Amino acid sequence: MTTVATEPHSDHAEHHDHPAFLAHHFETPEQQYDSGKLGIWLFLVTEVLFFSGLFTAYIVYRYFHPEIFLYADNHLSVELGFLNTIILLFSSLTMAWAVRCAQLNQRKGLVLTLTITLICAGAFLVVKYFEYSHKIHEGLLPGEHFNYVPHEEGHHEETAAEHEHEEAVAAADQETHNPPAVDADHKNAEIPRNAGIFFSIYFCMTGLHGIHILFGMGFITWLIVRAARGDFNEQYFGPVDYVGLYWHLVDLIWIYLFPLLYLIG
Amino acid sequence: MSDSNNNHDDHHGFAHVMPLWILLAVFFALVGLTCLTVWTASMDFFGMDLLLAMVIATVKATLVMMFFMHLIQDKKFNVLVFISSFLFGALFVGFTLMDKDSYEHRITEQDADLVPTTQTAPPSE
Repeated sequence: MTTVATEPHSDHAEHHDHPAFLAHHFETPEQQYDSGKLGIWLFLVTEVLFFSGLFTAYIVYRYFHPEIFLYADNHLSVELGFLNTIILLFSSLTMAWAVRCAQLNQRKGLVLTLTITLICAGAFLVVKYFEYSHKIHEGLLPGEHFNYVPHEEGHHEETAAEHEHEEAVAAADQETHNPPAVDADHKNAEIPRNAGIFFSIYFCMTGLHGIHILFGMGFITWLIVRAARGDFNEQYFGPVDYVGLYWHLVDLIWIYLFPLLYLIG
Repeated sequence: MSDSNNNHDDHHGFAHVMPLWILLAVFFALVGLTCLTVWTASMDFFGMDLLLAMVIATVKATLVMMFFMHLIQDKKFNVLVFISSFLFGALFVGFTLMDKDSYEHRITEQDADLVPTTQTAPPSE
């Protein structure tokens, strides 16, 4: 596995007893691995802080408007959320398995487990696509674009707090002449004011998470190509491990998103 | 952790290979906990539902971090780095929550002021 020492630089020649995967500025494969590992952990720290902004928005809005969250939760399918949770957990298993294969120099197993992970990621996004298209079709949209019209059969039980809130909303609507109150005020009566806030938060959190899945799929594809080429071995499995850590973080975020968005009330 | 040094001597080099049975056990535990959290969400736990869901999610997250992310075998410094992100996240959330009621009285006052002034045109126009 010694490199092709055809470069004319004389100062390189003395270092060319290192394997191809070991960069020049590292003494040993282990040092290279540890450096990359610290780097990916620091990156994951920024990711956690990145998402913590959205979680803070969620917590503050839920504190002020619990009725919106209780109402909007009825429009989220627990079954699809559960399915996606299982898909993502399974993909985390195959990703961890892939790291194991890379460490044990099992090339076929590595390609297989990475491919399964990629398929799971794709399946997650397909389920997400059905969820999103259903919400867009129903008008369950973020902020001011929220224009959901309830079906006749789609009623839900009112709590006392909601009822009180609706009276306040109705009074406010009379004063400010909100347009939606004109035609369908009896239909919209059970929709709390600013229900779109929930869907702003929902689409931001799951959307950003979905973008992370997309990036993860890109990285996993890159790993599959390199694994098939036989780049990885027990001395050089860093890239598989780093992408794995990123992938587990995406899973970690979903572990919190699922109960916070789908299992309210 | 004491046996981690022994791994340097075997053929895996510096790799800490996670046994397959641990990976599978963690996966099935995660699926079980997911089912548990769906079940508890359908029950009424007297206002403790959110707390319970977050406890279950944290147990799941800990399992993922310890075994899938290999934190149990990782360098202590990496553990410290990663855990610190949650600490700073908690500071972020904590300070925001401390501040959340600071402007509530102004909103209430403004709402009260709005009632008589809606009849007159806004001064900006």
